[in-house]
Amino acid sequence: MFSRTPRPATRRLPIPAWVLRAIASRRGRLGLAVGAAALLVIPFVASSYELDLANQVLLASVGALALMLLTGFAGQISLGHAGLMAAGAFTVGIAYKEFGAPFWVALPASAVLGAMLGLIFGLPSVRLRGLYLAVSTLALHFVVIYLCGEYETNRAMSSAIMVNAPVVFGHQIYGDRIWYFLLLAAVVVTLILCANLLRSRTGRAWGAIRTNETVAAAMGINVPRYKLLAFVISATVTTVSGALFAYQRGFVSVDAFSFYLTIQYVAMIIIGGMPSLAGALLGATFIVLLPHAIQGVLLPMLGADNPGSAFAAIYAAFGAVMIFFLMFEPRGLLGAWRRIQRRLRFKRVPLGEVSE
Amino acid sequence: MQLLVNIVVLTATYALISCGYVLIYRVSRVLNLAHGALMMLGAYLLLSTALVFHGNPVLSLLMAAALSLVVGILVYVFLMHRMTGQSVLAAVLATIALSIMLRGGIALVWSAQSRQPIQHLGVSNPTIAILGAAHTSACSLLLVAVAGVVYALLFLFMRFSRWGLRMRAVGQAPLLAAQRGISIHGIYALAWALSAFTGAAAGVLLSLNSGLDSTMALVGLQAFPAALVGGLDSLGGALAGSLIVAVTEVLLIHYVDPLLSSAAPFLVLIVMLVIRPWGLFGTQEQLDRV
Repeated sequence: MFSRTPRPATRRLPIPAWVLRAIASRRGRLGLAVGAAALLVIPFVASSYELDLANQVLLASVGALALMLLTGFAGQISLGHAGLMAAGAFTVGIAYKEFGAPFWVALPASAVLGAMLGLIFGLPSVRLRGLYLAVSTLALHFVVIYLCGEYETNRAMSSAIMVNAPVVFGHQIYGDRIWYFLLLAAVVVTLILCANLLRSRTGRAWGAIRTNETVAAAMGINVPRYKLLAFVISATVTTVSGALFAYQRGFVSVDAFSFYLTIQYVAMIIIGGMPSLAGALLGATFIVLLPHAIQGVLLPMLGADNPGSAFAAIYAAFGAVMIFFLMFEPRGLLGAWRRIQRRLRFKRVPLGEVSE
Repeated sequence: MQLLVNIVVLTATYALISCGYVLIYRVSRVLNLAHGALMMLGAYLLLSTALVFHGNPVLSLLMAAALSLVVGILVYVFLMHRMTGQSVLAAVLATIALSIMLRGGIALVWSAQSRQPIQHLGVSNPTIAILGAAHTSACSLLLVAVAGVVYALLFLFMRFSRWGLRMRAVGQAPLLAAQRGISIHGIYALAWALSAFTGAAAGVLLSLNSGLDSTMALVGLQAFPAALVGGLDSLGGALAGSLIVAVTEVLLIHYVDPLLSSAAPFLVLIVMLVIRPWGLFGTQEQLDRV
């Protein structure tokens, strides 16, 4: 009822289910090895532009995983994602500007703030559902953005707050290649965290709440507690990703965290396919690369002297793609992939042997 | 005195915008977050009609109004019609996606520069003194008047006309209404058309006052707390909600901090969601899950 994948009792390793499934077959092992090798080789063969894109994808993946946990798995709608990221980024910015705080102080500080904000963002979910919950998180987004904007106007003279590259163990983390590995590690850690959570009592409770709140409560699940837990965990990961964003960019500005950013993250998990961790990664990749792909097609057509209309075209195309997925492929890229797979399989296997 | 005038004008602005949210929500239980973009589209349509029918303000206003009705129907037929029966989240996201698409499309067609439609319309917008102490512009007064007329007409329409009765019936029980022979899709399309029309009226009047650029969609988003505070399915509630939000916003701007203007409606909204999530005059409802 709560999950589609079977759960053998022997699985205790902190590894996502699809990795284990892949390891079980020879072709899967090969695919995994090739994938891992490709991920490690990318920073050495990619141009600086491509590497920057890869970093954006990785950063977005962390945020998308956090939102997938909350919306995809626990079923709680949130439109406050950009506000949480802004909170993380501004924690880093303020900690650096006011106190000169180092990396290993500012990052945990933003995580703690994220947990507290998650509690605040989640409190309405105890009483509200669906639309009203979405609206309340949206309202909190505007409050957080107002506070950040206030700080930026008063303390930073309305310009971005500069943040120096973090120093870890005496080494300055600077340059796209180092950031690539750092962000890759962040994605892997988040992925393992999510996969483990989802396989635990907590994840099953979330699944029950998503499927039917009343039934979940009747089965003895403390619904408000697990809802709040989902918000707290998701918000913590989100603020940390915001903090990493601040360090990687080197500056913090409230303009980067508009409502549009929230929509991009929501689009990631929808277009990737809910509920699925792989869907979050897929969606993050798709949404980050989409504008660049459009630009690559459009700019030669429009001429390079027309960046304004290229931006507008990207905006319009983003909306159109989102509408397309909502209307025709609500299960996202993953759903489309599964359907194609099934169709191919049906063609290959003789009718008598189909066991499904 | 000036504060009072500001409050009245802002109330009328929010009221005129938020009745669009209420119309659609009341009939089809969809929160239309594309309302701001539809408003903006209405204002840009006026810009175009003003250029076509040069120097004929009445004709261009009528054409823009007719076009905005058509836009509302098109949105329903091509997008929301297909989203009926899907989850709340999907429908809301579809309107958000529509809003993004419209904003991009508008910037493509009309360019992202700030425009002044009033110049093309060939009318002036003089400053008017009220009782000697306060000042406002002619367009603001017009906006207050239009908001009043729109609300009066909508009230009469919903209360006494046959189509208004049908709309209320569909809002209460779509299934029963359909069984009584009411064309549900026709009613939904009508709600979208009316909503796009009132939104366009608000957009046009605002753009006459303060010019037209892509920030107008945000104004539309700011007005929706007013609709929610009053109760998403109550027209009178939208008026009351607009008043509450406008009073709070004007007073906060005047006495605390001008920067609060964009956050003020949402602060009121949070307070309301904590106390009474379904709004002042809204009906309490069991909301569905994702």
